[in-house]
Amino acid sequence: MAGHVVQLQKQLVDYTASLFNEGFLDDQFNQLQQLQDESNPDFVVEVVSLFFEDSERLLNELAKALDQQNTDFKKVDAHVHQLKGSSSSIGAQRVQRVCIAFRNYCDAQNIEGSVSS
Amino acid sequence: MGKPTIDHGDQKKLSVLIVDDCSSVQVLHRVWALKLGLEVHIAENGKIAVDLHRSGASFDLILMDLAMPIMNGEQATRELRAMGVDAMIVGVTAYDDGPERQAFVGAGLNACYSKPFTEFNLAPLVQVIKEINEKSI
Repeated sequence: MAGHVVQLQKQLVDYTASLFNEGFLDDQFNQLQQLQDESNPDFVVEVVSLFFEDSERLLNELAKALDQQNTDFKKVDAHVHQLKGSSSSIGAQRVQRVCIAFRNYCDAQNIEGSVSS
Repeated sequence: MGKPTIDHGDQKKLSVLIVDDCSSVQVLHRVWALKLGLEVHIAENGKIAVDLHRSGASFDLILMDLAMPIMNGEQATRELRAMGVDAMIVGVTAYDDGPERQAFVGAGLNACYSKPFTEFNLAPLVQVIKEINEKSI
């Protein structure tokens, strides 16, 4: 039994390391992990769960906004901005970078949209 | 000799108001603040922050997000300054340099930081406030 737990722990360590190596996580996540201690034993799980809840809500709103006939890019931009803020705060680097790229695309669409009108 | 100085070791905790609509950011900033020994209060948007002050609350430090529903950080900062609130108001925003950030600073911030905001940003601010408070005794 103990051997199995050790194996799972090792898998977790390896998986986390690969997330860092592949740019999914950055140093901010390290800081989160350091905040976990006896007085905050489930801190990382708590914060990450909140992030997933927030993100799910934002992604639903985003999907709705993008589904509209005339996409309101200001709305889309606002949602992506939120996601950028929360992902950077927990160290979700890949998400943060995608948000930055997405917002540039939104700006471009806006210009295109206003020109074509 | 004079009165025994019982107050000096018993320094009152500094209080921080965290104004942000994002729950993962609220939790994060709260833990940094608790780690630094601050008393933490949270407001989900600018209007709640302003209403707290209108009902008589005051804080040593306000961490103000910019993009929030109902009342954003820029408007809230403007209103607080107009009310005469002279606490340190520090902006914490995911906006990079640009017109939104400049307008935010112009509304009356003492400083503006980019997200992610960490204890390395918070600790020096707390130190500055402690020093200011000590000087005014």
